Amino acid sequence: VIVARRSISVGAWLSALLLCCTRAGAEVPLIADSSQPLVEINAGFVGTNVLVFGAKDGPGDVVIVVRGPIADYSVRRKRRIAGVWLNADRVDFQGVPSFYAVASSRPLDKVMTPAVRSREGVGIDHLEVAPAEQVDAAEGEAFTAALIRIKQHAGLFGSEVGPVRILADRLFRAEIHLPSNVPTGKYDVEVMLVRDDDVIAQTVYLEVSKSGLGADVYDFAHKQSAAYGLIAIFSALLAGWAAHLVFRKI
Amino acid sequence: MQIYLPIAEISLNVILLLSIGGAVGLLSGMFGVGGGFLLTPILIFIGVPPAIAVATQANQVVGSSVSGLLAHWSRDNVDFKMGSVLLAGGFIGSTVGVVLFGVLRRIGQIDLVINLAYVILLTSVGALMLFESLRAILRMRWRAGMPRKLHQHTWVHGLPLKMRFRRSRLYISALLPLALGFMIGVLAAIMGVGGAFLLVPAMIYLLGMPTRIVVGTSLFQTIFVTANVTFLQAVQTHTVDVFLAFLLLIGGVIGAQIGGRIGARLPAEQLRVLLAILVLLLGISLASQLVRTPSEIYSLTPTGGNS
Repeated sequence: VIVARRSISVGAWLSALLLCCTRAGAEVPLIADSSQPLVEINAGFVGTNVLVFGAKDGPGDVVIVVRGPIADYSVRRKRRIAGVWLNADRVDFQGVPSFYAVASSRPLDKVMTPAVRSREGVGIDHLEVAPAEQVDAAEGEAFTAALIRIKQHAGLFGSEVGPVRILADRLFRAEIHLPSNVPTGKYDVEVMLVRDDDVIAQTVYLEVSKSGLGADVYDFAHKQSAAYGLIAIFSALLAGWAAHLVFRKI
Repeated sequence: MQIYLPIAEISLNVILLLSIGGAVGLLSGMFGVGGGFLLTPILIFIGVPPAIAVATQANQVVGSSVSGLLAHWSRDNVDFKMGSVLLAGGFIGSTVGVVLFGVLRRIGQIDLVINLAYVILLTSVGALMLFESLRAILRMRWRAGMPRKLHQHTWVHGLPLKMRFRRSRLYISALLPLALGFMIGVLAAIMGVGGAFLLVPAMIYLLGMPTRIVVGTSLFQTIFVTANVTFLQAVQTHTVDVFLAFLLLIGGVIGAQIGGRIGARLPAEQLRVLLAILVLLLGISLASQLVRTPSEIYSLTPTGGNS
């Protein structure tokens, strides 16, 4: 696995170099790509690193923002009622990115002013997450903070800004870690070249999907649920019967 | 060795799952209980979402009950008529239970209800078993067996719709096994258990069935009720994970066979005390989780969106 990854990254660097040299800078200030346009979640999936790399036409910082497919969530809060902790309050959120990570070549506050970060949606504190319905401001903040905290705890919102390495003011590369519980769907990887307040962006797309037997089982269970249920029952019956036959002889 | 479970959407260790199935199977073989009521809390403990644990567990029970039923059937220890009446109640009960499960899931209280049901069940069954087996041990010591009345006439025998159950040598109202089956069906749907640990004592003490045919008959009804739960959960909530069920089943049937052999050679009543203590402790630890202030009082559930 290590050997394979090494060869991919070497290839990536080479192709980036090639891109950089053939299309001489001035015309295209920023070119970016990823090592793995399709991330497959198979039976042995334990998370993966996606290499995002590219070339730029001169000095400037590189900031990479990865956003997973948007989803709706309910955040519930437990309260102690009659001695038992149970879900009591609920706030719904719509259009929240299911995954969010940021990488930067230098600390974010040195690269972008708060205004630019807010405009470009860079950093957890500039993520557009707000309750879908009208709630008390303090409550809304508490529930929003809880959503972000839980997402961070699950490794789906990056708690820290990852590194982007820059070589000779021309090439850059960053590894984005996708954990084993990464949501499936289409990911936007926004690569930004920042010079003072000027931002040039290019978006690279990434698809995370289930593959192999697991994906087929998932699809089948959702699309043909009655047949799936029957198969589940009959395979259990068969396994029980087989066990009876095997152990009767011993 | 990790395996990604496609419905539970988490990766778990294969060896861990096989050994959990095996350990619970071992206990169930030794003590003659289904073991579902032990398996679900353990699955929840290792991180399987409660709803998935319950529905998958029902699927697992289908398989483990079959090998048990076949063994009892070959010894002619099954009352199919009684089983069918129990089953009729069980079908209605489990269908109601699955609908209830869906409603609770939508309003976000399913985890609480599953946990509460387990707390109540584990502590009460554990306490009863402990009490019962301690009494049996004392009785053996004293050797003072009180002669029991063969047949007691109570209000139960005044109910309408009487039916004759030849195999059980009973002439009782069909409403009784129907109601019993209904209750066990609801439990099967909400807790993913076969319910034998409740059904068996109820059949002996409430219906007055001969002990010999009780286990086979309860297994007969368990298979169909848990199959019904599996089907309905697969259709309604998509929470049945066949990979998980299959791994647990493999461990479970092997464990149960070994357990059955060990159990036959060990002092049953003393073992029963141990099981009772184990069950009681599990119940108490689940209860403390409900009462203790959680480290995170907020929880997040996806409700859809365009993914």
